[in-house]
Amino acid sequence: MRNYILKRLLQLIPLLLGISLISFFVMHLAPGDPTAMFIDPNVNPVELARVRANWGLDQPIYIQYFIWLKNAIMLDFGRSYTTGQPVITELAERLPMTLLLMIPAFILTFLIAIPVGVISAVKKNSWFDKTFTFLSFAGMAIPTFWLGLMLMLVFSVKLHWLPAIGNITLPLITMVIGSLAGLTRYQRAAMLEVLNQDFIRTARAKGLPERTVIFKHALRNALIPIVTIIGLSLPDLFGGAFIIETIFAWPGMGRLGVQSIFQRNYPVIMGIVMLSAFLIIIGNLLADICYGSVDPRIRYEKK
Amino acid sequence: MLEVKNLSIIYGPTKAVDNASFSVGKNEIVGIVGESGSGKSTIALSIMRLIYPPGRISSGEIIFNGRDLLKLAEKEMINIRGAKISMIFRDPFTSLNPVFKIGDQIAEVISLHQGLNGKEAWEKAVEMLGTVKIRDAVGRAHDYPHQFSGGMLQRVMIAMALACKPEILIADEPTTALDVSIQSEILALLDELKIKYGFSIIYITHNFGIIKQICDRVIVMNKGKIVEEGKTGEVFSNPKELYTKKLIDCLKVLNKV
Amino acid sequence: MRKNKALLFAAIVLTGFVLLAIFAAWIAPYNPEEIVSSQTLAPSTFHLFGTDDLGRDLFSRALYGARISLTVGFVAVVISVLIGTLFGALAGYYGGAIDLIIMRFVDVMLAFPSIFLILAIQAMLTPNIYNVMVVIGATSWMGVARLVRGEFLRIRELQYVEAARAIGCSDFRIIFRHILPNAQAPIIVAATLGMAGAILTESALSFLGLGVQPPTPSWGNMLMDSQAYMFDAPWMAIIPGILILVTVLSLYFIGEALREKLDVRS
Repeated sequence: MRNYILKRLLQLIPLLLGISLISFFVMHLAPGDPTAMFIDPNVNPVELARVRANWGLDQPIYIQYFIWLKNAIMLDFGRSYTTGQPVITELAERLPMTLLLMIPAFILTFLIAIPVGVISAVKKNSWFDKTFTFLSFAGMAIPTFWLGLMLMLVFSVKLHWLPAIGNITLPLITMVIGSLAGLTRYQRAAMLEVLNQDFIRTARAKGLPERTVIFKHALRNALIPIVTIIGLSLPDLFGGAFIIETIFAWPGMGRLGVQSIFQRNYPVIMGIVMLSAFLIIIGNLLADICYGSVDPRIRYEKK
Repeated sequence: MLEVKNLSIIYGPTKAVDNASFSVGKNEIVGIVGESGSGKSTIALSIMRLIYPPGRISSGEIIFNGRDLLKLAEKEMINIRGAKISMIFRDPFTSLNPVFKIGDQIAEVISLHQGLNGKEAWEKAVEMLGTVKIRDAVGRAHDYPHQFSGGMLQRVMIAMALACKPEILIADEPTTALDVSIQSEILALLDELKIKYGFSIIYITHNFGIIKQICDRVIVMNKGKIVEEGKTGEVFSNPKELYTKKLIDCLKVLNKV
Repeated sequence: MRKNKALLFAAIVLTGFVLLAIFAAWIAPYNPEEIVSSQTLAPSTFHLFGTDDLGRDLFSRALYGARISLTVGFVAVVISVLIGTLFGALAGYYGGAIDLIIMRFVDVMLAFPSIFLILAIQAMLTPNIYNVMVVIGATSWMGVARLVRGEFLRIRELQYVEAARAIGCSDFRIIFRHILPNAQAPIIVAATLGMAGAILTESALSFLGLGVQPPTPSWGNMLMDSQAYMFDAPWMAIIPGILILVTVLSLYFIGEALREKLDVRS
C-alpha cells in the first residue's frame, strides 16, 4: 500500500509539470500583453518598459517558464499584478472560502444522491423513480449559472427571503443541484446492476430481511463504482465553483480566477491552475485508495 | 414433508410453470430434470418464494410441514429461508458477495437464524467450513470469495446452506459450472452430508446421469409441465414419455463417446 | 411508454428548434440587432418574448440565438469527436509508447477544470464564434478518446482484424475500414451527449462575456445582458435559460434512447 501511494505521488510530478507547461505557454503565447491592462502604452513607454522588466516579461518565454518553475518548486508563485501581494498569500485567503462552499456541497450531494439513487433502483419504475429520473435529467440539462440566476430571482429579488450576495445558502443550493443529478443517475445504475447479481439472490435465500439485503449486501457493492465517480467529478466541482462564485460574488478562488483571467493576471492564473490541479489529483488518489479499501479484489501491491 | 399442488407461475404472458404437482418425502432425494427453460429452476425459486416481477405465482399451494408457504407473511417466510429450506445455485463464482469475508457470509446466516453472537457464529462458521472439507478452515474463513476456486466456493455455499440444519436443500444445477472431476467431489460431499445430518434434497439438473447417480425419485419437466414422475430406476429403464426417452438416449450417446 | 413520450418530445423539440434556426430570417418578425422599441417591454402579442434593455425584440433574438447556439454546439462536438477518435484510435491500435504518451496527455487535460482552461484560452484569443467552437472542441475530446481507445483495444483482438492483417491490409485501412465502423455506436452516443455539453459550455462562456460577442445574439449572451435587469425585466433571464434547458434536455433524452437502442453501456 505504501509503495502504491508513493508511486502515485511520484506520478503527480510529470502530471503537474505537463499542466504547468500547457497553461504557461497557452497564456504567454497569446497575442497582447498583460501590461496593456494597467498602463496606457501611448502615454508612458518608459514606465511600460520598467514594468515589463519588473514582471520578467522582457525575457524569452522559455526563460520565463524556467524562472517560474524554479520559484514554483519553492512554492513561490510570484506576485499578483493587481495587488502586488504574493500569489500564495492571495490563494491562502481565497481557498478557505471556496472550500467553505465546496465541502458542504460535496457532503450534501452524497447525503442526497446515495439514498435517492438506491430507492430509485429498488423501486424501479415507481412514481418516486420516475419523478427523480426526470428531475435528474433536468438537473443535468440546466445551465448552472442560469439556475443560480433563477434562485436569485425567486428568493432574493421576488421573495426577499435571502440576500443575493454574502449568504451561503443560494450558492450552496446551486452547487448541490449542479452535481446531484449526475451522481443520482450513477448511483441508481450501479444499484440496479448489483441488484441483478446472483449474490443478492443468495442473500435473500439465506432468509435475510430485504432491508439487510439492500443496505448491506447490495449497497456495499454499489458504492464501489461511485468512489471512482467521486474522483472524476472533482474537476466539474471546481469548474462549477468558478461560475457560481462569480454569479454570487462569493470571494473564493473561483471568482479570483475569473477576474484574473479578465485582467491577464498571469501569476494568479498559474497559481490557481496549479492549486486546483493539485487538489484534483490528490482527490483522485484518495478516491483510488478508498476504492481499494471497499473492494477486496483490488490489491495495490501486485500492480 | 413438502407438497407442491397445482402450482402455476407466469412471466408476463408466458406460463413458466403450468399446474405442477409433486411431493418430497423426508430424507428423500428428488431430481427435477429438463432442458433449460423447462421451468425447473422457477419451481425451485418459488419454493423459496423468490419469484420477482415480472414473474408471479398465479395459483397453487406449496405445503411445507402442514403450512402453505404461499400464504405466509414475508416475516414468517424469512424464518424458513436459509433455516428450514435452503438453496445452492448454479454459479458459485457469482453467488457469494465479493466484498465480504467467507467466514462472515456463513456466520451471518448462523447468527440470523440461531441468535448466536458474532464470535460464536464465526466459530460455528469455521466448523462448517471444516465439515465441507475446506483445508485450513480457520485461516481461509478470513479470505474473500475471489481467493477461492469454483469447487471450493460451491463447498462454501453448501456450508452456508447447511449451517442451520435445514430439512430441505434445494440444489439448482450446483455442478454445471464446475469441472467434471470437481462435479463428482461435490456430489459425494452432498451424499455424505445427507447421511450425517439427514435432510431431503431437491436436485435440479439437465443431466440425467447425475439423476441416475443420486436421486431416489425423478420428475421430468418439459415446457413448464411435469411430463413424467417415478422412481429413478423405473423411469430410467422404462420411460413412458417420448421426451424422457429422448433425454435418456442423449445420455447414452454421450456415455458411449 | 413514458420513455417513448420523452423521446418523442425530444425529437419534436429538437427538429422544431433546428427548423426555426434555419428559417430564422423568414420567421423572425424583426431584425435581431435592431432597436424596435424605446422601452423594455414585457412579453405580449407584439413581442412574443418581450424586448430587452435596449429595446430589441427578444423573440427574433432567440431565433437567431438558436442558430448560433446550435451551430456552435454541433461544430464543437464534431471537432471534439475528430480529435478524440484520432487519439483514441492511435492509442488503442498501436498501444505501447504511443498509448502511454496519449493517455498521459489525456490525464493532464482531465486534471484541469475544463471550464477554467476554456476561459483562460478564450480570454487570450479574440472572442468570436469560431474560436468558441474550436476551444470547446479542443478541450472536450478526452472522453471520446478514452472510449475509442477502449473499443479499439477490444476490437483489435478479434478474429477478423487478425484476418485483415494476415492478408496484408495497411494499418490505415484496418483502422478506418475494419475497426472504426464497429466502434460507431458508442461514438454516436457520446457525440449526442457531447453536443448537449457543448451547448451548455457555450452558454456559460457567452454568459461570462468570453463567448459569442454582442450584438450577435446567442442564448448565453442574452443571459449576460439580463443580469442587470433581473428585477425590472425577469423575462430577459427566464426565456433564454428555458430554451437552453429544453434543448439540452432533448439531447440527453435522445442520447439515452440511442444508448439503449444501440446497446451501449455507460
